Amino acid sequence: MSPAKKSTSDKKTKQQQNPLLMADGVTKSFGDFTANEDVSFSIYPGEIHALLGENGAGKSTFVKMIYGLLQPDKGEFTWQNEAVTISGPQHARDLGIGMVFQHFSLFQALTVAENIQLALPKGETIDDLSARVRSMSEEYGIGVDPDARVHNLSVGQQQRVEIMRCLLQDPKLLIMDEPTSVLTPQESAQLFDVLRRFSKAGVAILFISHKLDEVRALTSRATVLRRGVNVGTVDTSTRTSRELAEMMVGSKVQDVKSQKAPANAQTLFSVNNLSRPKDTRFATALRAVNIDARAGEVLGIAGIAGNGQDELMEALIGEWTGGAANTIQLDGEDLSQVGPAGRRVAGIGFVPEERNGHAAVPSMTLSDNSLLTAHSLEGAQNKGVINGAAMRARAAAIAAAFDVRLPGVNPLASSLSGGNLQKFVVGREIEKVPRVLIISQPTWGVDIGAAMFIRKAMLELAAKGSAVIMISQDLEEVFMVSHRVSVLYDGGLSDAVPVKSLTAEKVGLLMGGSAQMEAS
Amino acid sequence: MIALIPRKDIPLSLTLLTPVVAIALTLVMGAIIFGALGYEPLGALYQFFVAPVSHAYQIGDLFVKACPLIIIASGLVFCYRANIWNIGAEGQLVFGAIFSGWVALTFPDLSVGVMMPAMILAGILGGLLWAMIPALLKTRFNTNEILVSLMLTYVASLFIDWLIRGPWRDPMAFGFPLTKNYADAALIGQVSFPGIGTLGQLHWGVVGGVILALVAWFVLARTMIGFQVKVMGDAPRAGRFAGFNPSLVTVMVLAISGATAGLAGMVEVSANIGQLQPNISFGYGFTAIIVAFLARLNPLAVIAAGLVVALAELGGDSAQIVLGMPKVVTGVFKGILLFMLLAGETFNRFHVEVNGVEIKWPGNLWGAKPRKAGA
Repeated sequence: MSPAKKSTSDKKTKQQQNPLLMADGVTKSFGDFTANEDVSFSIYPGEIHALLGENGAGKSTFVKMIYGLLQPDKGEFTWQNEAVTISGPQHARDLGIGMVFQHFSLFQALTVAENIQLALPKGETIDDLSARVRSMSEEYGIGVDPDARVHNLSVGQQQRVEIMRCLLQDPKLLIMDEPTSVLTPQESAQLFDVLRRFSKAGVAILFISHKLDEVRALTSRATVLRRGVNVGTVDTSTRTSRELAEMMVGSKVQDVKSQKAPANAQTLFSVNNLSRPKDTRFATALRAVNIDARAGEVLGIAGIAGNGQDELMEALIGEWTGGAANTIQLDGEDLSQVGPAGRRVAGIGFVPEERNGHAAVPSMTLSDNSLLTAHSLEGAQNKGVINGAAMRARAAAIAAAFDVRLPGVNPLASSLSGGNLQKFVVGREIEKVPRVLIISQPTWGVDIGAAMFIRKAMLELAAKGSAVIMISQDLEEVFMVSHRVSVLYDGGLSDAVPVKSLTAEKVGLLMGGSAQMEAS
Repeated sequence: MIALIPRKDIPLSLTLLTPVVAIALTLVMGAIIFGALGYEPLGALYQFFVAPVSHAYQIGDLFVKACPLIIIASGLVFCYRANIWNIGAEGQLVFGAIFSGWVALTFPDLSVGVMMPAMILAGILGGLLWAMIPALLKTRFNTNEILVSLMLTYVASLFIDWLIRGPWRDPMAFGFPLTKNYADAALIGQVSFPGIGTLGQLHWGVVGGVILALVAWFVLARTMIGFQVKVMGDAPRAGRFAGFNPSLVTVMVLAISGATAGLAGMVEVSANIGQLQPNISFGYGFTAIIVAFLARLNPLAVIAAGLVVALAELGGDSAQIVLGMPKVVTGVFKGILLFMLLAGETFNRFHVEVNGVEIKWPGNLWGAKPRKAGA
């Protein structure tokens, strides 16, 4: 049973109304893992309601049940006072439930109107539809051009196409799954304006997020999930961000002071004028990127997903080695044509964004996974024969030093939780004390305890005199850990400036492609 | 709703029990089918499973039948572990036979010490080169290795047919499509066990095949070659992250599987036939695919799987000869056996849930654990 039942602070006016949707004691398990346990919840017409929780708290599972993508094991939903079994997304849409996913499902080569037409019942001509899109676009200030081709639109605009597509089906409830994770602060503010207009028109909005400030800015009530359990529904106007964070995490949250860059630090690793053409139509070209990573500091690279992070990371790791000579240097030595194994021998450690299948092989043991980035280093093999004992010892040592909780002796990587596996792949590199650590999205999908541990480990490595380059889409993290910050936008990297001279607004402008940062 | 849920840990008792249950179910199903067709069920099963191994010499013959399967499957395991689908081992086998046959027929006067190593190398080279065609086409032009390797099988069998009916035909063969007989130095001898003598047709190639499977296990499990193959198969992006070259691994695994298939071709001809003829293989290159998967792509298990499949083949022959059972019926029975073994593998790795409730087996043999109340 959930420790705290549903709350307390429903507003009087709302109590007089009937809820649009109610969930009563909903439980959903996957194998031994209980994603939602006895969750009860209600949302009223015209209400903007936040579903708040850390990664893995069960938010997505819960809304997938509302949208009919999953069926609850126990408990039931009530829609406009009638018990319903939502059998699938089509049924959900028929009821009046729309959902905008984190990952868009748009055909890049088609126009906006064509994409929308595909989702609607047949019978409406493109011209009629375009007219409807225009009028609705005006009504809510969405700014979607029905004739534009989707691949020419920014991420924020594509999201608005998705929203428009839901809206044309006249929903009573709109579910938004982490809509701001791909937006700049400015784009988020525009989205909030749009959502407020829907709310005034009587549409209820269930807004999923783990970002506290925006939840407080936008929503009136928030339901907080922690490990699949509803720990309370609260009035967001009466709670501070810190209080909400503590509900999410279940313990006191620490503050981290911003980092001060060491003076006159020596450059260890540099990227000089690195350009990379697109290798597919939807990739991002890198445009004359310059990085200078200095001993003793963390260089944070902020930016929204899809602005060249993957392409840059591949070039830094050496999975792509098409750059001109001397574009990548360690201690002045040219590494531009050297592959990943050679760069590791030179003293660089890498942690790519995706744990499963990139940083680690899920179907292999931790000792094999430690061999993955150690095979070119001393002691891992003897003339091609793997030194199994050494690798098992190394994996165990990493696990011990980085607080990786193991379900057995030398388990498969797939048996570790996301946070534990992330601690392992980070620990695997930091344990070698690399001169340079290049890490992408270090705490993506990791619980806050593990995230703090990983951030501390990066700072400790820097304190030992290594250089750390951290690519992160989490602005809070960039401000917390970095000594200096650059922003990646459309394949171009802004000059790094000390974190102390930065504000979130400045970074936000850069993330949206406005103006070069003024060094100060 | 019925769902298969992966087991967290698989008890050893379950792994050992699975094939036993699978074979027991095969016997029951087989008995029903044979009975329905009017055969005496137990007699038919006797012909399948007991008659082929009821004399010591037959054990030797069983190993002889399994030998090419074990050799080829030991190499195919590398391919399939790397997610490269070489379906053309049959053609690579033929080219191994052609290359080694060329050595045997062109230099009939070589001494054994020179002839055997030369033929082994030629056989390996023949299969390897034939496998390089799909390898290079795949790495250069990203062609599909399944289609290319399969189609090259037909090219290979037509090519050997042409050789034997044309340039390599023995003028003294009364017009039959056969080459000259190999010299004695080019034949693989039978193993003579101290005190027992020979055991059926058991030859030194069988010993080599078993050793090869052991070596293949070591390479796959303990060396960087095997590690690269497994990483590339399971997570190619992690392989590139580790610094492995995907094209190199593709070429390597096709080279390994081509080499072993070529070796099998050389062994098959030198041990059992003694000359080239249009049909030198009874589909060993295809049957070995089944062997490799039956062994869960583990070279050690390939030895056992090769013997099981060989037994089914010999049993099918025996049932056809003794009982006059039609070939299609023996084929169906072999199919049931493989189906049961593979189904057993599935239930070994997964357990069944119906509407979220785990189905438990009598005596908790399937390692079922009590689940959370209410789940």
